[in-house]
Amino acid sequence: MNAPEMESSSAIGPESAADLERLVERKLVLWYYFAALTYLIVSMLGGLLMALQLIQCNELQGIELLSPGRWRMLHTNAIAYGFLANAFLGTLHWAIPRLTMRPVLSKPLSYLIFAAWQIVVVSTAVGILLGQAQAVEWGETPVWIDPVALLGLLLVAVNFMAPIAGAKGPMYVSLWYFMAAFVWTFLTYAMGNFIPQYVVCGTNAGAIAGLFIHDLVGLFVTPLGWGLMYYFVPILLKKPIWSHGLSLVGFWGLAFFYPLQGIHHFLYTPIPMFLQYGAVISTIAVEFVVATVIVNFFGTLYGSGRAVVTNLPIRWFYTGMILYFVTCFQCALQVTLTFQQLIHFTDWVVGHAHLVMFGVFSQWLLGIMTYLIPRLTGKEWYSRTLCEWHYWLSATSIVVMFLDLTMAGLFQGWSWSSMQYWDHSTQVSQPFWIVRVFAGLAMFSGQIVFIYNIYRTLSGPRTAPATGLQPATA
Amino acid sequence: MFESKAGVLFIGGLGFFVLAFIANGAVPMLMYRDMPEQTVHEVVNPNVMYQFEDLNRRFPEAFKKYVGDAAAEKWDDKQWNEHCAQLLKEGRDIYVGEGCWHCHSQFVRPVSNESLRYGPVAKTEEYQNELQRPVLFGTRRVGPDLSREGGRRSSDWHAVHFLNPPLLSPHSPMPRYTWFFDEGNAGKPNRRGLAIMTYVQWLGSWLESYPYFEDYQATSNLNPEPAAAAPKAATP
Repeated sequence: MNAPEMESSSAIGPESAADLERLVERKLVLWYYFAALTYLIVSMLGGLLMALQLIQCNELQGIELLSPGRWRMLHTNAIAYGFLANAFLGTLHWAIPRLTMRPVLSKPLSYLIFAAWQIVVVSTAVGILLGQAQAVEWGETPVWIDPVALLGLLLVAVNFMAPIAGAKGPMYVSLWYFMAAFVWTFLTYAMGNFIPQYVVCGTNAGAIAGLFIHDLVGLFVTPLGWGLMYYFVPILLKKPIWSHGLSLVGFWGLAFFYPLQGIHHFLYTPIPMFLQYGAVISTIAVEFVVATVIVNFFGTLYGSGRAVVTNLPIRWFYTGMILYFVTCFQCALQVTLTFQQLIHFTDWVVGHAHLVMFGVFSQWLLGIMTYLIPRLTGKEWYSRTLCEWHYWLSATSIVVMFLDLTMAGLFQGWSWSSMQYWDHSTQVSQPFWIVRVFAGLAMFSGQIVFIYNIYRTLSGPRTAPATGLQPATA
Repeated sequence: MFESKAGVLFIGGLGFFVLAFIANGAVPMLMYRDMPEQTVHEVVNPNVMYQFEDLNRRFPEAFKKYVGDAAAEKWDDKQWNEHCAQLLKEGRDIYVGEGCWHCHSQFVRPVSNESLRYGPVAKTEEYQNELQRPVLFGTRRVGPDLSREGGRRSSDWHAVHFLNPPLLSPHSPMPRYTWFFDEGNAGKPNRRGLAIMTYVQWLGSWLESYPYFEDYQATSNLNPEPAAAAPKAATP
């Protein structure tokens, strides 16, 4: 509990503030953000290509390296390993040293990890574009890169665990999430990429693949995302988190129930039915846990509601939280066998994936960047208006895309189960797919606005010393 | 315990992960441990062999150039099997590398009339082979399920369809795979084209109902000319 409170209180003296400044390698955080935004753009181009292919408007057909099937895999991998992983690593280089008051194990190692991770992501992209994908969804990274990526994850864990291990006294919530995430990400990556490839085949491989897809979101992205929310929200609102007890429920509920659900991605497959039931029940259970976390954060916001209007990062965060609740509520419904009959294999699921990956975690990270970039560079945002555009374009387009794809999924499901000709299901999808292209373009332009704003900010004059202690104005 | 480093690391991080792995991963592994995994040579069956030899008859020059001259080299059964297995394997890699499995599933569910459209519901035994490592269940159907696709259409049809899908399926959003062919000619598949066709013709070839044709009845008036458009429930 103590670290964010200390940081946000004015009691901190100039000496300790200077110490705090030395802990963070600002340049590296910025580099991570630039890399992350580059892959975000690459990923969105891939999504755009696939979206245009679906409405049969793709003039680039017949070029092997621009094959929409390959770019569709690049789309997801660039988001998971290029955008999310880079943005998380950058932010952790800010958050962990400041939470523990200790530097990471080694700064040269930090730079080595940065370089190694970019090599991993670029090789993944090149490998996928050359047609060497591995048949693991969200892990299409060619098999020869998997051991390198795993080594990278191990180094990340070692580098960040050093300051956490050295910290004295009770640990703040964020650190529980980060510690667990380092263990989980490593294990998940190893399990998902090696077991279905080298150990088992068929149905067993399917069970593991389901667990991998699930754990990658639940045990890598989710704990890092929530850990950062527990860190940034109290700082920005200048008050402690509402209930420490609910934080405990949230963390341990996630740790217990989340990994038990992998098989719910493959309901009605030959995987034994009793295991499918188990996955369904633990999925519904975790939604109750999610509710406690959401209550905790809205309890924290209570009394400072105006911050959602005035404080842009807080608005990004709470938008993401509302969408997180929507995602999880949707999960509790769609995971039932009744819903699965209709919506499995449809765009409903694609809408769900976009809502959680962009609507929640990407928006949180974009909010964090909005907060940190002035503090990393010592330059105030070139334009607050452009920041607003970035937010509104992103937030509205993801909601439109989600609703649109959800409806598309219903129509596709009904078309199939009523034994229409196959063409009927793609024809009935056309209006939804066209709306999706425009939602995607709006989302894309939001990110372009953001990048332009960063460019103008960086080329503008320095407005304040680079420090984390200035008031939150963005 | 719940807030200590050891608790978070060993109970939350390691313990719960292992518990979930046992519940979701190890249990099916133990249940199916006595079900042997077939090699790619073992899954070559007379049905797919017929289709493979048919590729040689339909595309003699391409087959000679990219697979081998079966007549001149006087292939025996073993050699045919060997070549077919090799192309199946390559075909699977192409199916994965091109992302086919992200728009076509490979399992038939016991719900939503799927067994009428595609054929028998998926069984574990069907997936116990080298070509399902990692398994290609798929999670999205933009196009139809392919696990019972083999034998339903001729390889000529597939060649034209891979080269230019809308020619045969007018509203298909499937991209064109021109790099499976020489000179953009559907009559000249290259090795990749022959491999992917072998693989697609293999899917479902192990079933008694092979080839499975959709059990169709025109149920809707959304089709303008149901009588003309409805394919009859043909028999092989």
